[in-house]
Amino acid sequence: MSQVKISTADNRTLLGFWIYLMTDCVLFGSLFATYAVLHQNTFGGPSGQDLFELPYVLVETLLLLTSSFTAGVAILAAKAGRKKQVIGWLVATLLLGLSFLVMEIVEFQEILSSGYSWETSGFLSSFFTLVATHGAHITIGLIWIGVMVWRVWKLGITQGNLRRLMIFSLFWHFLDVVWIFIFTIVYLMGVIGI
Amino acid sequence: MDSIKHFIFGDFNLVDAIPKEMVTLGGAIGITLGLLSILGLVTYFKKWGYLWKNWFTTIDHKKIGVMYIIVAVVMLLRGFADVIMMRLQQATSVGSSQGLFTADTFQQVFSAHGTIMIFFVAMGLMFGLINIVVPLQIGARDVAFPAVNAISFWLFAAGMVLINTSMLLGEFSAAGWLAYPPLSGIEFSPGVGVDYWIWALQVAGIGTTLSGVNFLVTIMKMRAPGMKLMKMPIFTWSVLITMVMVISVFPILTGTLGMLSLDRLMGMHFFTAGGGGNMMMYVNLIWAWGHPEVYILVLPAFGALSDIVATYSRKKLFGYPSMVWALAAIAFFSMIVWLHHFFTMGAGSEVNAFFGITTMIIAIPTGVKIFNWLFTMARGRVRFDSPMVWFIGFVFLFTVGGMTGVMLAVPALDYQVHNSLFLVAHFHNTIIAGVVFGLFAGVTYWFPKVFGFTLHEGLGKAAAWLWFIGFAFAFGPLYVLGLMGATRRLDHYAESTGWQPLFLVAGFGAALIGVGIVCQLLQVVISIKNRKKNLDKTGDPWNGRTLEWAVPSPAPFYNFPAIPNVTSRDAFWQAKQTKTPLWRDSDIVDIHMPKNTSIGVVIAGLAFVVGFAIVWHIVWLAVVGLVAIIVSVIVRATNDDTSYTITREELLAMEKEHKQRYTA
Repeated sequence: MSQVKISTADNRTLLGFWIYLMTDCVLFGSLFATYAVLHQNTFGGPSGQDLFELPYVLVETLLLLTSSFTAGVAILAAKAGRKKQVIGWLVATLLLGLSFLVMEIVEFQEILSSGYSWETSGFLSSFFTLVATHGAHITIGLIWIGVMVWRVWKLGITQGNLRRLMIFSLFWHFLDVVWIFIFTIVYLMGVIGI
Repeated sequence: MDSIKHFIFGDFNLVDAIPKEMVTLGGAIGITLGLLSILGLVTYFKKWGYLWKNWFTTIDHKKIGVMYIIVAVVMLLRGFADVIMMRLQQATSVGSSQGLFTADTFQQVFSAHGTIMIFFVAMGLMFGLINIVVPLQIGARDVAFPAVNAISFWLFAAGMVLINTSMLLGEFSAAGWLAYPPLSGIEFSPGVGVDYWIWALQVAGIGTTLSGVNFLVTIMKMRAPGMKLMKMPIFTWSVLITMVMVISVFPILTGTLGMLSLDRLMGMHFFTAGGGGNMMMYVNLIWAWGHPEVYILVLPAFGALSDIVATYSRKKLFGYPSMVWALAAIAFFSMIVWLHHFFTMGAGSEVNAFFGITTMIIAIPTGVKIFNWLFTMARGRVRFDSPMVWFIGFVFLFTVGGMTGVMLAVPALDYQVHNSLFLVAHFHNTIIAGVVFGLFAGVTYWFPKVFGFTLHEGLGKAAAWLWFIGFAFAFGPLYVLGLMGATRRLDHYAESTGWQPLFLVAGFGAALIGVGIVCQLLQVVISIKNRKKNLDKTGDPWNGRTLEWAVPSPAPFYNFPAIPNVTSRDAFWQAKQTKTPLWRDSDIVDIHMPKNTSIGVVIAGLAFVVGFAIVWHIVWLAVVGLVAIIVSVIVRATNDDTSYTITREELLAMEKEHKQRYTA
């Protein structure tokens, strides 16, 4: 199959989406700033050292990083015009992302079942909000992958689909980067107790 | 039974929600009757189809701009009704007299006034002008994402509807225009007022962020060939820099409102007094957005005035590069001054000194701009049409506002006048004399480009003078009162203060401004009535310098039949001087135009539903609304059939028609 080209209008969309991601970055920035201010305010409740289990979070991180890799491979396959490979790698991304999301929900569930919640303290309010905002983005991304699998299945790799796949991969890699910050600032520094 | 009812309606209960206070009830009945009569008239004249096809689903940036301005004007009247109530209260509520309104009503009135004037008047006028002018100035046919532009406008409209719904059903926030916690927390504001405030701003604010992305890409990617950045008209420059600020700070507003809402709805502790919250963090976050926001409002006004002064002085703008750098410098500094809104937080002298000095530095690039405008006028053949009259008022009054701003930037002095009427006078001095005068000038200047006829000059000038004199009477006394110790948001004071005469003078000033607004409304009505006399037959009524004046008035929906070739800063002026056309008929080719779409109305309508549902804790409705938004985004985003083609022959025919219209 021949390669699909990117047009001027597609470049416009890519730039627009890139700028949108920067606004999202500022949104996460304000949540990170809030977390930085509140993370010591445990108000008699548990601290990060009491709650976080690094090996568990490391598995989550590896799942998400791998899904970024599979998303990248899907884009390479799309540029080469290989429809079946695109669908395969997208489904792999979907499964990895879904496992990440399930692990995150289980982690939340454990905190809740031990009697603490976002109402416990300023620390837990900002923890839940920051991590769940990332999780909500992941959920949107999963819906997006589902729609793209269906479209590529039905229409093949058209110019429009390639554009949509490329902005999806921007989105997905961006969420990966945000997660690296969450992993470092929330979990690593939380376990060390900084 | 009760639990089922609560599941379906949440906290909403029609009997309780109808306002009890006579003033509010009167307002609510007035709004309802007004709305019903408009709906009735539209139905009677069978205009629904026309409105839907030509306006509600339009993606034409000029029409979207017009709708922004219509909403802004209606909201100006609403915000001005609040002004009358505040002036009446403060003029009468002295000593043993308790004034006309209860303290609670008064608090809702000033909260609504501030919120409406900033978010729905100033922002509306600004985005209206930006929409109308920017694509025309850069030689483009539309914005980068026309459907997103429609979504932005309709989200702005949905926020406006939400804020006005609070008057009919429930109550509005009584916590001031920025709703500081802990007052705005659930403990001290248990009603729905603050929730209305949060969700009106949240919905409108997301629209603004989308606009920021849209216009940034439009200006970066869609300029006519040859229009390098330093050849852009200065209004477009001001918009470019403003949009950079929008995308940098509006997400902070979204995040902050979100957190305040989570505190109220889910019992979180971001900004609560107990539970490990930090309320000063809210104040920091909201001003990290709020201070840049006031520059977001004023920079496009500066840009519009720059184009206006150059045109009416019949000279090129003095110091173009320094104008651009001044805009950039103001934008940069605006982001590192937010703490000057709360020097009294007690951050310590070093912190206060830093923010005091950065604040004062802003006066330097602003001064550069003032002098550049004056030097542009110097030795020009200046025509004092009404946009120039607005400019003259701007120069005098805005400069006063800038100087009192530098006074407030001194922390030691700020401790004395913090939260006093001195501050109130200062920010009205910059926002009315800066933003509002500048945008009014812009609306008068660009009006013929959209409607094809010019506005009545005499009434325009009368309105301008009434605003200037009214402004001096309305806010001069507030400076004095502030120095005498009168705090802002005062619903009652003792007779021994001796403040009443000054409040009466301020009331007189507000009345003069009211007459000015009446003049502006009359101006529009009379101009429409006499439009045949004031037709703009050339497309260039003011002997303009930039590309928008190269097309006929009203501008055709495709703007330019062929994309112009730009070689210099004042591209159209250059073309007129050298008598070389910006494009030739042979340049005209088939073009693609975006199709109309209902996505804006649909998404904004759903956003209104979600906002309303969250305000009244109707969980299922909020969930259904959110899912419906996601589904409509998917439907729209997977639609490849969004544009249509106009052929070269059709374009040539329409161009010929434009030319013949006034030569016959």
